[in-house]
Amino acid sequence: MHGVSCPGLLRGSFVSRMAMNKDLMTNFPLSARRGRALAPGAFALALGVFLWYALIWLGGVQPFILPAPHQVWGRFLRALADGSLAGHSWVTLQEVLAGLALGAAAAMLFGYALAKSTVLEKFLAPYVVASQAVPTVAIAPLLVIWFGPGLASKVLVCALIVFFPILINTVVGVRSVPEDLRDLMRSLHASRAQTFRLLELPAALPVLLGGFRIGATLAVIGAVVGEFVGADRGLGYLLSVARGQYDVALVFVAVFTLIAMALSLYGLVALAERATLGWQRQAEQSRMTFNPTEKN
Amino acid sequence: MTGKALLEVIRLSTTFRNGNGGLHVLDGLDFSVAEYQFVALLGPSGSGKSTLLRTLAGLLPPSRGRVVFKGQRVDGPPRGVGYVFQNANLMPWRTVEENITLPLELAGAANGAAAAKSREMVELVGLQGFEEALPRDLSGGMAQRVAIARALAHDPDLLLMDEPFGALDAITRERMGLELLRIWEARRKTVLMVTHDIAEALMLADRALVFSERPARVSMELTVDLPRPRLDELRYTPEFAALSRRLRDAIR
Repeated sequence: MHGVSCPGLLRGSFVSRMAMNKDLMTNFPLSARRGRALAPGAFALALGVFLWYALIWLGGVQPFILPAPHQVWGRFLRALADGSLAGHSWVTLQEVLAGLALGAAAAMLFGYALAKSTVLEKFLAPYVVASQAVPTVAIAPLLVIWFGPGLASKVLVCALIVFFPILINTVVGVRSVPEDLRDLMRSLHASRAQTFRLLELPAALPVLLGGFRIGATLAVIGAVVGEFVGADRGLGYLLSVARGQYDVALVFVAVFTLIAMALSLYGLVALAERATLGWQRQAEQSRMTFNPTEKN
Repeated sequence: MTGKALLEVIRLSTTFRNGNGGLHVLDGLDFSVAEYQFVALLGPSGSGKSTLLRTLAGLLPPSRGRVVFKGQRVDGPPRGVGYVFQNANLMPWRTVEENITLPLELAGAANGAAAAKSREMVELVGLQGFEEALPRDLSGGMAQRVAIARALAHDPDLLLMDEPFGALDAITRERMGLELLRIWEARRKTVLMVTHDIAEALMLADRALVFSERPARVSMELTVDLPRPRLDELRYTPEFAALSRRLRDAIR
């Protein structure tokens, strides 16, 4: 069908935008492997685009089922030109950032209290675990009913979804502070604030930022779930409208934009890690082997 | 005993709750340490030496008895005590210099004063050129030097050392022992040091206290009247061998 133009399309397509983000992601934390990581990544993406086209040609898939990469690209340019993509993205980004901030702040506060007090932990643990057992998707409609279809309900869905991983990582991080260093601080008459600032915060930071990595990507999911349930703006809304109109190319545009958003947030956390955790290069590398966004 | 007692341990007993009647670790310890004395604590593993040190540092309340430091009953960490831990126990995110100045930072010292003190300490423990290094780049011996410098930074009267060279290889350990001797001679401090190493105790200490098996009592006390300054050759003298034999026999 449109095979001849295929190699040239690689350059400007979504997929190569993704390539940029992809190597953004692998490069931030893994400076040592920067060069080597790039080539296989680019190859994998090229292969992905190739298979995409192959599926369309060989399987004879209709564009309204699966549009070709260049059609998605064209739809992207149109959505960009009429301003709708930027508008919806901005709405979703606001929800994600506010939700992440709210959820993380609450989680860190609770987490710190839980880590410091076993009594509080015993008392609250059942609620915390139960809250995790309830799927956010099931709560989202309630939140929309209670807080309306606007920003607030989406922010709350995001906050709920990021709360648990960041809470757990805060608890684990604060608990992982070596006892000997606590003794040292005590023997030097460190105040509570000094112990927090000079010992607990830096010692817990690696684990905490690990929670933020997970939280950053989950927040994007939370926003979309919230928008699916009830919204008149945002990428999740755009997605469901596009689906309703059988504008599959636009569905792809929305999906890729969401992925790009999640990866960028993830990259920002990785950047923060690189800036603050230079003292433990090795641990950072081993954490990279578990990479939750790879599933997206 | 010479000089006035800086530290007194009076009928000190510690029992840990462990479900079945409690673990009796220290059993009515009685001893005192004079100012500027270097005391080595020897004893079988698990005999409660670390527990004693933690109690002296005010990190662990005793079950019975009391500790008196500079005429005051210890009840929480007292001021004027430096603690050197078994492993160097440095903060991995702080540089050598930042680790050394931690006690000064906590005490609210001015940056200039802290920097001057840090230079002095780095020089004292021989780590010039490593001020900006991070702990992960240090060898075990170097890390322990930083730990000693940190313990001395706020100029404590008493230095408590919990097997400070326990994790080091034999050669490094001997070298660090001599180094500690040099540091101790440069700035006389009262030192209480837990060790497993008889030769180390004899090389460094004025006095050695031998602990019994748990529950620990002082089973022997030995005055190490070897001449100072002590040099490496001392190890090969008959006096050293005789004392070493006596300590060996006392530790069971």
